[in-house]
Amino acid sequence: MSASLIYTIITISSIGVIAAVILYLTARKFYVYEDPRIDEVESALPSANCGGCGFAGCRAFAEAIVKDNSLDDKFCPVGGNDTMSSVANIMGLVAEAQARRTALVRCNGTCEFRPKTSTFEGASTCAIQSMSYGGETDCSYGCLGQGDCCVVCDFDAIHMNPVTGLPEVDDEKCTACGACVEACPKNLIELRKVNPKYRKIYVACRNEDKGALAKKACSVACIGCGKCEKECKYDAITIANNLAFIDSDKCKLCRKCVPVCPTNAIIEVGFPPKKVEPTEVAPSTAEV
Amino acid sequence: MSKLLTITPSPHIHQGDSVDKIMYRVIFALIPALAWSFFVFGLSAVMVTLTAVLACVIFEWLIQKFMLKTEPTIKDGSAVLTGILLAMNLPAQIPLWIIILGSLVAIGIAKLSFGGLGQNIFNPALVGRVFLLISFPVQMTSWPNVTKNIVDATTEATPLALVKEGLKNGTPFNEIVADLPAYSELLLGKFSGSMGEVSALLLLAGLVYMLVRKVVTWHIPVTTLGTIAIFTGILWLIDPSGNADPMFHLLTGGVMLGAIFMATDMVTSPMSKRGQLIYSVGIGAITVCIRVWGAYPEGISFAILIMNAFTPLINNYLKPKRFGEKK
Amino acid sequence: MLKTFKIGGIHPAENKLSAKKAIEVLPLPKTVTIMVAQHIGAPSKVIVSRGDQVKVGQVVAQSAGFVSTNIHASVSGKVAKIDTLIDSSGYKKEAIVITVEGDEWLETIDRSPDLISNINLEPKAIVDKILQAGIVGLGGATFPTHVKLSPPPGMKAEVLLINGVECEPYLTADHRLMLERSDEMMVGIQILMKALQVTKAVIGIENNKPDAIAKLSELSKKYHGIEICPLKVQYPQGGEKQLIKAVTGREVPSGALPIAVGAVVNNVGTALAVYEAVMKNKPLFERIVTVTGKSVKNPSNFLVRIGTPVSQLIEAAGGLPDDTAKVISGGPMMGKAIPSIEIAVTKGTSGILLIPETEGHRKAMQNCIRCGRCVTACPMGLEPFLLMTLAEKRLWERSEKESVMDCIECGSCSYSCPANRPLLDYIRLGKMTVGGIIRNRKS
Repeated sequence: MSASLIYTIITISSIGVIAAVILYLTARKFYVYEDPRIDEVESALPSANCGGCGFAGCRAFAEAIVKDNSLDDKFCPVGGNDTMSSVANIMGLVAEAQARRTALVRCNGTCEFRPKTSTFEGASTCAIQSMSYGGETDCSYGCLGQGDCCVVCDFDAIHMNPVTGLPEVDDEKCTACGACVEACPKNLIELRKVNPKYRKIYVACRNEDKGALAKKACSVACIGCGKCEKECKYDAITIANNLAFIDSDKCKLCRKCVPVCPTNAIIEVGFPPKKVEPTEVAPSTAEV
Repeated sequence: MSKLLTITPSPHIHQGDSVDKIMYRVIFALIPALAWSFFVFGLSAVMVTLTAVLACVIFEWLIQKFMLKTEPTIKDGSAVLTGILLAMNLPAQIPLWIIILGSLVAIGIAKLSFGGLGQNIFNPALVGRVFLLISFPVQMTSWPNVTKNIVDATTEATPLALVKEGLKNGTPFNEIVADLPAYSELLLGKFSGSMGEVSALLLLAGLVYMLVRKVVTWHIPVTTLGTIAIFTGILWLIDPSGNADPMFHLLTGGVMLGAIFMATDMVTSPMSKRGQLIYSVGIGAITVCIRVWGAYPEGISFAILIMNAFTPLINNYLKPKRFGEKK
Repeated sequence: MLKTFKIGGIHPAENKLSAKKAIEVLPLPKTVTIMVAQHIGAPSKVIVSRGDQVKVGQVVAQSAGFVSTNIHASVSGKVAKIDTLIDSSGYKKEAIVITVEGDEWLETIDRSPDLISNINLEPKAIVDKILQAGIVGLGGATFPTHVKLSPPPGMKAEVLLINGVECEPYLTADHRLMLERSDEMMVGIQILMKALQVTKAVIGIENNKPDAIAKLSELSKKYHGIEICPLKVQYPQGGEKQLIKAVTGREVPSGALPIAVGAVVNNVGTALAVYEAVMKNKPLFERIVTVTGKSVKNPSNFLVRIGTPVSQLIEAAGGLPDDTAKVISGGPMMGKAIPSIEIAVTKGTSGILLIPETEGHRKAMQNCIRCGRCVTACPMGLEPFLLMTLAEKRLWERSEKESVMDCIECGSCSYSCPANRPLLDYIRLGKMTVGGIIRNRKS
């Protein structure tokens, strides 16, 4: 009894010692030098591993920063300027401050505005539906409503509205990581500069068909008439391929373009209701 | 046009089979053997089956509804099948509370905690059975006496256990076997054992039905039984008095039930035909090893569970032959 | 023992409802819509404008690149507009709409029914004529034929395979063509043989068309070098790689073209079109289309001008049944469901299949039970269940390693899945994404 106990103790201990020695030698032999700043930078990052920076995760982002020893073209949208300045401190560099951005869905084709013309019964993802055909409505540019953007969001910031069938972004939670932008097969989602009170003015349409076709498919489609472009004093609006686009970096939120749109394709969010009667489309006075 | 057309990607036709149909076909294939066990063991067998099936279905419903908060899938028949298979692996006179415990382990631990139907690594019914076998060895190995053709409470050891015991004591195989039921009776199912084990013939009938309805292919059952026959055959030829003959091995214990209904469980067996061959050779070999050299008289449930664990590995390494593969 | 391919395959109910119906000529429509992208490759360049008068057989859109081809007016009349219209892909594409006025053919087209069988053109001239006539693979893939007939340098065709398999259930257009236009088709095959400079051609026909096998076997005594190879009925035998394997036993390597094993495959319809183009100067502006379905009153085979709206074909076959859930352009396994019946017939439209409500909807998806039926069914030896999971989890690198690009999209996996899983939907997604990644890597 006591002999077997002693043998057991001896065997187990010697296995332990031998294993420890092997581990030690292996660790020595395969030791790889790693810049300690990589760990430091990584710990400063939000560890969301969302890929919003364009790298495969926070670790890869940290490695890239240390390797290039520069912060050019490197920005963590999740952590924002605070994170980037602490990273810059670690690296002894200067981070360029960037305006915060959030995602925005540029389609307003609700069931009411955009009648269904067929029913899709394949696998319920936007990617597969858009591979199969243009979509359940006559507009082949609009939201398919299967919610690929919501599935890819790591921050619980985008949800389908069951009434409209369109996704809605929660500006508070959105970190502009860009996952939804990439997931949307119709390229409907754009990252836009955040204005105070999350105010925004945008063209809620991506339809590049000719005006009449677009209007037929969806009553709130942009028909590319160009009235808003003329109205804008800040050159924020451009028309290309029968479609208007408002550049959020140039837009001053004057709201002049909103009432001139004949199809109500321009949407304003976060503004108090207008007190004054919507003025008639005044002939351009101050502009140019 | 008033009505909207439906759009789906191709293909636009379907073979028409469903998971439910497959499950119910397996259940149908089990019915002859189950009915025979009712006949042999009487009312207690009916009670065991009912308890096991109801417990499995109710546990699945409860867990999915209240713990996982998903839509219960009891209608697909997989819980019913687990219940029947569990019952067929139990002695007919086992206390009913043990069955309920076994069902909870089978459904709750072996199936739903892995993610439900299709996600489990181990065959749920077998996990339930092995759990009970290890936890309640006495109750699990007390088989009703049937060779006297009177079902009463006195228990009787299985032929396998008798042979194992005899061989261990040095009695030659042909002397032991002389006291046992004839092979024809073993084939028909007149010996003691777990409920579903007794009639090799009716289990084989179930196999034929499943082969005809294309629920299973021949690969797993035939290879498993073949491996057992060949392996035990070799041992028997080397030492005819110290080993049981292959026929005896095939007809007794849970080999038929295991090879036909448990090893062929789609979820836990490999997908490619080559993988299935390796898997079933493994089951056969491990079964024989346990039977001949192990502590238990029967080893097929352990063998199947061990090979279940290898299934993901086999699936990963034994790819089907690709068309136009570059050599 | 009949020949067939070795890996996978399924046998869906054949439902060849219109097999006994002779080809009928469909009356001219009032307007036709000629899509500019009717083939694989670059869309053709429109060379007519609104108000132009066109004749039957006149080029209206010119080949734009090597993998592209000409498109001809299928009717005579006036170009009403050039617009973007929805086609069978479900997206709006450029199209030429022609209002029909009379039926005036180009004078160069030989409209006599006489069979001309002496081929006195050089291979190069034949290929050029095929390009001019806008011929594409009429089996459904619509790959420009002149490209197939111009093997890349260093490669030499040894055998010409003619695809008369028609393995898709319901479709009978090729079957009827083999029966009714057999002599012309045989000459077409000889022209193709000459263009490829091969001495042997094999027509692969599935055994469910015994009349076609008998008729062509009889004829093949007259046409030197053409053999008939009856095949066991198995889907997808009409797939290029499967047909080559079935007939010659050769396996096209993964990622390679059939020419890598010395084979060129053409459809029977293509052979007929080649005959008409080379011998009769008639470009490709009409084709045979099967209109069928279990609820269709008169399942039929029509000779249709390209650009005819699908609604008119359905009308001619007895009208659109009330219980129609889906309209499929092509066969039930690989065809595309179309969102509107105003879509026009293109060069690739081999059939119009109406699917009733009872069969037109997918059943609810269940958990994968790892039965392996998709693996058994896959004719390419892939593991569809795995590829679907990889696509769901967006693991593209692993998908590529698991040969997702080898998938021929035959649909055998989805067809056989008892859990009704949309395997092919996801595999297609994987194929598309991985294809994009590979192209990016190359450039």
